[in-house]
Amino acid sequence: MGMTEPPQQHYLELSENPVQFEHASSVNNVFFDEANKQVFAVRSGGATGVVVKGPDDKSSVAFRMDDKGEVKCIKFSIGNKILAVQRTSKSVDFINFIPDYPHTEFSQECKTKNANVLGFCWTNWNEIVFITDQGIEFYQVFPDKRSLKLLKNQSINVNWYQYCPETAVILLSTTVQGNILQPFAFRNGTMSKMSKFEIELPVIPKPAKLSLSERDIAMATIYGQLYVMYLKHHSRTANSPSAEVVLYHLPREGACKKSHVLKLNTTGKFALNIVDNLVVVHHQSSQTSLIFDINLKEPDCAVNTHQPVLPARSIHPYRMPLAGPAVVPSQPPVPCQLYSSSWSVFQPDIIISASEGYLWYLQVKLHPTVNLLQDKGKLMDFLLRRRDCKMVILSVCSQSTLPVVATVFDKLNQVYKEYLEAEQSYTVAMESGPSRGSAAQKRPVRTQAVIDQSDMYTHVLSSFTERKEVSHKFVIAVLMEYIRSLNQHQITVQHYLYELVIKTLVQHNLFYMLHQFLQYHVLSDSKPLACLLLSLESTYPPAHQLSLDMLKRLSTANDEIVEVLLSKQQVLGALRFIRSVGGHDNVSARKFLDAARQTGDQMLFYTVFRSFQQRNQRLRGSPAFNPGENKPRVHSPDGKLYQNHRKLMKPTIGGLKI
Amino acid sequence: MCSATSYKMASAMQEKQYTPSLLSFFIYNPTFGPREGEEEKKILFYHPSDIEKNEKIRNVGLCEAIVQFTRTFCPTKPAKSLHTQKNRQFFFEPEDNFWIVMVVRNPMIEKPNKDGKPPTIEYQEEEILDTVYGAVVRQCYSMYKLFNGTFGRAMEAGGVELLTQKLEKFFYRYLQTLHLQSCDLLDVFGGISFFPLDKMTYLKIQSFVNRVEESLSLIKYTAFLYNDQLIWSGLEQDDMRILYKYLTTSLFPRHSEPELAGRDSPLRPEVAGNLLHYGRFLTGPTNLKDPEAKFRFPKIFVTAEDGYEELHLIVYKAMSAAACFMISASVELTRDFCEQLDGLVGPQLTLLASDICEQFTINRRISGPEKEPQFKFIYFNHMNLAEKSTIHMRKTASVCLTSVHPDLMKILGDINCDFARVDEDEEIIVKAMTDYWVVGKKSDQRELYVILNQKNANLIEVNEEVKRLCATQFNNIFFLD
Repeated sequence: MGMTEPPQQHYLELSENPVQFEHASSVNNVFFDEANKQVFAVRSGGATGVVVKGPDDKSSVAFRMDDKGEVKCIKFSIGNKILAVQRTSKSVDFINFIPDYPHTEFSQECKTKNANVLGFCWTNWNEIVFITDQGIEFYQVFPDKRSLKLLKNQSINVNWYQYCPETAVILLSTTVQGNILQPFAFRNGTMSKMSKFEIELPVIPKPAKLSLSERDIAMATIYGQLYVMYLKHHSRTANSPSAEVVLYHLPREGACKKSHVLKLNTTGKFALNIVDNLVVVHHQSSQTSLIFDINLKEPDCAVNTHQPVLPARSIHPYRMPLAGPAVVPSQPPVPCQLYSSSWSVFQPDIIISASEGYLWYLQVKLHPTVNLLQDKGKLMDFLLRRRDCKMVILSVCSQSTLPVVATVFDKLNQVYKEYLEAEQSYTVAMESGPSRGSAAQKRPVRTQAVIDQSDMYTHVLSSFTERKEVSHKFVIAVLMEYIRSLNQHQITVQHYLYELVIKTLVQHNLFYMLHQFLQYHVLSDSKPLACLLLSLESTYPPAHQLSLDMLKRLSTANDEIVEVLLSKQQVLGALRFIRSVGGHDNVSARKFLDAARQTGDQMLFYTVFRSFQQRNQRLRGSPAFNPGENKPRVHSPDGKLYQNHRKLMKPTIGGLKI
Repeated sequence: MCSATSYKMASAMQEKQYTPSLLSFFIYNPTFGPREGEEEKKILFYHPSDIEKNEKIRNVGLCEAIVQFTRTFCPTKPAKSLHTQKNRQFFFEPEDNFWIVMVVRNPMIEKPNKDGKPPTIEYQEEEILDTVYGAVVRQCYSMYKLFNGTFGRAMEAGGVELLTQKLEKFFYRYLQTLHLQSCDLLDVFGGISFFPLDKMTYLKIQSFVNRVEESLSLIKYTAFLYNDQLIWSGLEQDDMRILYKYLTTSLFPRHSEPELAGRDSPLRPEVAGNLLHYGRFLTGPTNLKDPEAKFRFPKIFVTAEDGYEELHLIVYKAMSAAACFMISASVELTRDFCEQLDGLVGPQLTLLASDICEQFTINRRISGPEKEPQFKFIYFNHMNLAEKSTIHMRKTASVCLTSVHPDLMKILGDINCDFARVDEDEEIIVKAMTDYWVVGKKSDQRELYVILNQKNANLIEVNEEVKRLCATQFNNIFFLD
């Protein structure tokens, strides 16, 4: 509706505040640790300084160390407690960073004879795994004693390895072709071997040689599950027209299974990232990226084959902010070369340009997707799984046709309902006592995809009803559609939504419409709603009846009914009503008598007065009113009048039964 | 017009009973022929038409005189009816100086005499109710207005000539459909029967209506009915009231035969795209595929902010669900539009109809099998015109059948008259000659009439019985006992 600015096309962008470090050069080696997400700039083997930049200032450190040869690998243990440096292919050196502990370096050689250390990974603040070409060795480090203890080791021929710090899983490439992958999981001093699996190669080389490159394999968690992603290049001999990404699901227990295939529809050089549970595939030659959502259902067979969610687009153009003392305010920022060959991509969402000294996080921008994805149902499925989806979803709600709005509401309310149910069962579980069962229930997490009635009211509906350019017909249709969807999902509709409906209808004089909605109980009964209706009586008299009916159905609003009737001077009606619901004995006589007196109808007053006297007689054996309680304001001055009338009165007067 | 005759067997002698029937119906405007010799100009319509001119003039003159005379007593409320031994006349001035007069012959009993003497005729002057036939006259006008607009509108457009043409064209057919013998309290109410429905299904219908109105933006108003009962009206109440009357007493009965024929019905589902549907037009083209099909729809007049607006009335039905779509008459409706509507509405309405049917069956199962109750009732709410009757059978094109004796219906009418006189809530209990108890209750804007078949019950028991009825049938409304 009324888009003035051109639609934004780029749905990926680099983070605005990159981590900056001294770019790689002949004197400055740069290392990246995926576990702590730290960049190490090592000048002259550390002698002239090591600068560590992390995602936040806390994890940034600078120090010096002795130059004992070229650094091959350098990583802090978790929490920056111990620094491990590999300088040779046989051993790893350690330096304590814990205050009060001896700072002198200590060293550990790999246990396996003739083995070469390919690298190492910290799995805890004091646990480390050496990966050698002949196996893995799992150590515990004792910084106070400056020594290591071998916890476990495993012999296996290793071509290369990958580490997923999030899950502490190490993946080893074994066999001559390298396509048998052996994962190991680490947790609190234990190492467990997971089941190995085979990556299907497009061509089997003869004679056998290493055919699976480390560059084509990545590990990442997507929607809470660990996947091994294999970038399968197209091969002329296998007649596969384009490259694809094959996802192997790696469960904690059980066999690894090929689960998803992402069609890239092109060939060339690719790199993978995971952002917000989306698989992002960068294509260097076209300088564009694709995104895939493995949870978007594609009507397909056993292995889910996915097409890109959106058309290929490049990352949003990025200008490098000039930093440091050289910066001149008037100097414009330099455009950054995207998809540069000097880029290194790390999991899940990191892009590093070592030559320029930048580390970015890749981000998904959701607003442009609204215009790129025509199928709004699919768009909603896509958006609902994204982290910062709320405002985008809300923006979609009010700018579509009715069937689309209906689909959107249904999808939102499905998520909303699931959350409400989870919350409910959590509350029940908490109330019944946490002692029961070992599987203590976790409080359900409320993601941005949970869009409740108040969000909808605040961000969409209330402003929508005030927009002049939208016809009131459409506004009401949207409101009713939302109420329909809530009802369909058995979600209790909040009063303010009904109020909005009523307000809108009243504004456009659509009282008959309102009447019909109430007649079919579309607006559920409640005291506030009944009161709102009462207030409409002056402009729409039938609202009075609607309100009374509603109060009656509530069955907890007998006092209100009496008040309404008395205010209308329907004293006998009020009296009959309170009797019919059995409240006559406890009711205050005064308000009835006051109301009867205000009518100026003395017969009426007498009837009411007698009725209460009879009640008193029945309850207390005397017609007298209790002093102080329920005492009518009128006494003997008019008493005579009633005496005279008494002879004429019969139990039933006219059509009025008393 | 021939009068319907029913026979009633009385002990030995054969009496012949005649129900009330229409004697004449005319419309005049006294200002059109104020001078002597020009009286005929006043008469705009006269039924029966074969009456001699002077008699017409005499009758009109008499009415004029009565109205004029009674005006001297109450200038704002001149006579509404004139009771005579043989007939009763009803006067109604719907627009300034335009008068509609209906003359109804009183019901009578013909008692044969012995010895070849001519039979004695006994007129039952008190058997018919002013309220009922007064309402019938008003309905005649409303129906005319629904299809033609006001008298004034015709005058503006084409003078007396056009007006008389229109009146002739409309009333010639309409009067044949008046069945005065079966008019009763329901005509006084002129209510609308609403289809009981759960909230969710109702919301689905809302959603359907809104979507159709969005995609076919020509549609200005929509009304939705199921089983001849109203579910949704986009029209204002008074317009809906008369349109409902037209639909349920004229249009639907004329089209009900194929459905009543049941399974062997010649109706074949239409195929739109790949969806089967049972939708068809009740107004306009009978067969869309017919290359000769005409896309003309009846036009109706409804109230608008500035007077009246003229609309095409499209009535489209699938199984028991009927949707009325109203489109400004200034738009010409084409084959394209009708095909589009058929393709869009047909499948959805078919689906909705089966949804409603299913929901209705479920609800009925929950509430238990319907037992023949001890009582029959008529309920009417002035606020929303909701009416419910267990006395009346299904309306057919010809007559509206009731399941109780006319005497009882008369009592109901009498009670209603009593209620109309006072503003307060009232309750009236009557024991009829035939041992039936008749109870009338009025609470705020609602009226309830109950007929109980318990001849040995006393007043207290009858009162209790009605209380029970209210508690079961009307527990969700505020209805004072």
